[in-house]
Amino acid sequence: MNLAVNNQGLLLAFSLVLITMFIAYKEKLEINKDLIISVLRAIVQLFLVGYLLKYVFKVNNFIVTLALVLIIIFNASYNAMKRSQGMEHSLRTSFLAIFISTGVTLSVLIGVGTIKMIPSQLIPITGMIASNAMVAIGICYKNLNLAFRDQRQQIQERLALGADLKDTSLPILRETIKIGVQPTIDSAKTVGIVSLPGMMSGLIFAGVDPVHAIKYQIMVTFMLLSTTSIASFIACYLSYTSFFNERKQLR
Amino acid sequence: MSQIEIHNLNYIVDGQTILNHINLTIDQGEIVTISGPSGSGKSTLAKMIATLLSPTSGEIFYSGKNIEQEEPVHFRRKVSYAMQQPTLFGTTVRENLAFPYQIRKQEFDEDRAQESLKSVGLPANYLDREIKNLSGGEKQRVALLRNIIILPETLILDEVTAGLDADNRQIIYDLINRLQHQGLTIIIVTHDQQEITQAKRLITMAHGQIKGDEKHELSR
Repeated sequence: MNLAVNNQGLLLAFSLVLITMFIAYKEKLEINKDLIISVLRAIVQLFLVGYLLKYVFKVNNFIVTLALVLIIIFNASYNAMKRSQGMEHSLRTSFLAIFISTGVTLSVLIGVGTIKMIPSQLIPITGMIASNAMVAIGICYKNLNLAFRDQRQQIQERLALGADLKDTSLPILRETIKIGVQPTIDSAKTVGIVSLPGMMSGLIFAGVDPVHAIKYQIMVTFMLLSTTSIASFIACYLSYTSFFNERKQLR
Repeated sequence: MSQIEIHNLNYIVDGQTILNHINLTIDQGEIVTISGPSGSGKSTLAKMIATLLSPTSGEIFYSGKNIEQEEPVHFRRKVSYAMQQPTLFGTTVRENLAFPYQIRKQEFDEDRAQESLKSVGLPANYLDREIKNLSGGEKQRVALLRNIIILPETLILDEVTAGLDADNRQIIYDLINRLQHQGLTIIIVTHDQQEITQAKRLITMAHGQIKGDEKHELSR
């Protein structure tokens, strides 16, 4: 391992934050308070999670690992919910979408032996998957709200012709799922050309053979595609009915 | 026999009364014209008969049954509502005429589609025409065909001729006449003067109330 970030190094790297603060001060950006809070939060949160992970990895207990996985999924769901602009049952929908998409993807990865049922692999991978699912669902919620507002006339027409809620919403559902998955598809196209993603960079940084690291990155690309598509699909299909009332009228 | 019976219908939104004690009976096979200035509540009443809105209080009975107790999707296939300045779906005329079949899980009847196109003065080969190449009047006619390609019992036309030229209007009037002869109950919402003078039964609305209900012997 040729990773060498010691406390002294971290302290010196803090000068980078000072540069930001200096610019903010000179330009009167009034973001210094926010900046200090965010830096402090990042330090505290990461230290806490670091010690937590160290403990969880050491005890290597299935229940503890599962609990942590569920906490990650819940946090992701809670954040996705905040994007729903008050859609009905959005916490439940988000949780189901992230839980199922993460569960399916993890099961496949474990099933084919790509990752092992040990906390040091399961937890970081869950974090990656769940955060991508969270972002995809957030995009879906935003688009659903937009589409059901902008396309009121078309929706009314479909309802008036006697279409059920699914047939009425189908064009919006298709468009929204596509929009939810699109960022993952786009980033899959540029991976390695524009960005060297975090996991791959981390492995190379830690001294792993780049050829070995790319195999992991390919796996990550696959798992993110499956996760975002499953999560978008579930979130859209569980939430479109909330735009209608019990008389199948547009709210 | 009365097909639609409206009893003491009220509709209030955000403290504003849109419909105020509406009572109305429409017989089966009747053709009724509802007119009134904009904001008089005529369009709201039409949407309510089509179950696209629910009243604050009061009842609408259709063939003796309270429509609030009917399954809305099934009901809207019997009582079809066509709106002003409709938008067409997808990219071709075919997608629009296939939609009523698709939602009923029925196979698309191409012969019927071509016939119905001809019935509104459009050539049969318009079936595969892109909607972006249609004129405003042609779009309105195709939109109307979506409502009647599978015949409903009642057709509600909410200002469907607004903004159309005389030729396009006449085509739609002829279609309405033919549909009435086929036994459909037809409700026309309009503020077009020609349609008002030609009305067989004219209901006049203002401020959410029915102000007049006259029958004329004049035929269209």
